[in-house]
Amino acid sequence: MTDRALAVVRAGALTTVQDQGRPGHAHLGVPRSGSLDAPAAALVNRLVGNPPEAALLETTLNGCDVRPRSTVTVAVGGAPCPVTVDGRPAAWGAPVRVPAGSLLSVGTAVSGVRSYVGVSGGVAVEPVLGSRSTDLLSGLGPPPLTDGMVLPLGTPMAPHARVDVVPQPRPPAELVLRVTLGPRDDWFTTAAIHTLTTHTYQVSSASNRIGLRTEGPALERARPGELPSEGMVLGAIQVPPDGRPVVFLADHPTTGGYPVIAVVRPTDLPATAQAVPGTPVRFVQVGTRTR
Amino acid sequence: MRALPVGDRALLVEVSTDEEAQALHADLLRRRAEGSLSVREIVPAARTVLLDGLDDPAGLAARLTTSKPPPAPARAQEVVEIPVHYDGPDLAAVADHWDVSPQEVARIHAAAEFRVAFCGFAPGFGYLTGLPARYGVPRHATPRTTVPAGSVGLAGPYTGVYPRSSPGGWQLIGTTDAVLWDHARVPAALLSPGTPVRFVPVES
Repeated sequence: MTDRALAVVRAGALTTVQDQGRPGHAHLGVPRSGSLDAPAAALVNRLVGNPPEAALLETTLNGCDVRPRSTVTVAVGGAPCPVTVDGRPAAWGAPVRVPAGSLLSVGTAVSGVRSYVGVSGGVAVEPVLGSRSTDLLSGLGPPPLTDGMVLPLGTPMAPHARVDVVPQPRPPAELVLRVTLGPRDDWFTTAAIHTLTTHTYQVSSASNRIGLRTEGPALERARPGELPSEGMVLGAIQVPPDGRPVVFLADHPTTGGYPVIAVVRPTDLPATAQAVPGTPVRFVQVGTRTR
Repeated sequence: MRALPVGDRALLVEVSTDEEAQALHADLLRRRAEGSLSVREIVPAARTVLLDGLDDPAGLAARLTTSKPPPAPARAQEVVEIPVHYDGPDLAAVADHWDVSPQEVARIHAAAEFRVAFCGFAPGFGYLTGLPARYGVPRHATPRTTVPAGSVGLAGPYTGVYPRSSPGGWQLIGTTDAVLWDHARVPAALLSPGTPVRFVPVES
């Protein structure tokens, strides 16, 4: 068989197609979506010779197994995990040749949460609003992978990178997220602001691509009532009625009615993609806004 | 009007009324079209407009808060007509709420001139304003687990049409065959912020 496609043998807990997402449509209620650990996704694309916008696979905790119908170059990055081709150990974080019909197995993450599987030519499902990303909030883009699904692949544009292995950041033992207060910090007590920026929270197992949920001390509101729905940004820390902060990630709703106490710096967000439940989280206040 | 910083690259501009929010939104779109505003997302909502992806939020905040935007143009766009069967499961409840007959609910609703104040909840879901304030209705205390696509509902001051089947707590007064969202269509969304809308009754 020589057709350019990838047969899904074991979909894993949650494996989705991701690229750089579909920003620019928030006014229509369309989330941005895209790879949660964008630097890891960019790296595996580079390793296999793909442009940065090529679509790849994002796995969750236990990897996936796929069988390419033509010979491809793959690279696995993000969360470290065992990689095998037809049962033989292969490199993680480096280009790997997978002959047509061979089984690429991306194993359970040794640490971290999400591994990225780049394939030469990229995953070529039909784009929706300019992106191939699966959006778990709105259902746009291809559905999450299921066993037996076949994904089309694009034509490789360039040779793979000539490297043995490249350094990648380790999944975080502790998340340190720099935050700027606002826009609705005035909806909270001074004590709540102090609690947010001095206590250590833990990553909740209810976290997903929509938001990083946390467990820890509840943040007390300074005023009751509801906020009329307003636009939300990536990294917004929304505080629902239970008082536990939620950090909005790629599939976040475009508007929301719970007050945003602070916003996480975009450069600190990729690490959230790799934080397993229970990971300590500290929110560190930066910037000039003070109370 | 006040402009609140949202992180380092965004501004939330807050005003006092729906009308001011719509005027501000129209003015910001005009500024972007003429090239005097560089921004990735302009997201209107009930009392705010979010500007995301700005190079200099503080500079823009200073410029915005010193001038009042002109009122939004009344009929800059063609009116989108949405055919409706006024046969929703909450029609009688809404009629009770308004203290009129179900037929009168349909007449009042179809006579109103709506405008998409903002979108959210799901791709293509518009929050439409245009009903007089006295016709506001509460949401269901317990949302339905499934509301079919094309359901026309009321909640608070808003009318909305469900683009696809989803859970929902709005009071359902009718159904439409109009396709609110089709990602293979250009544009995908039938309704976007600022679109004028009329509901046209069709016989069941």
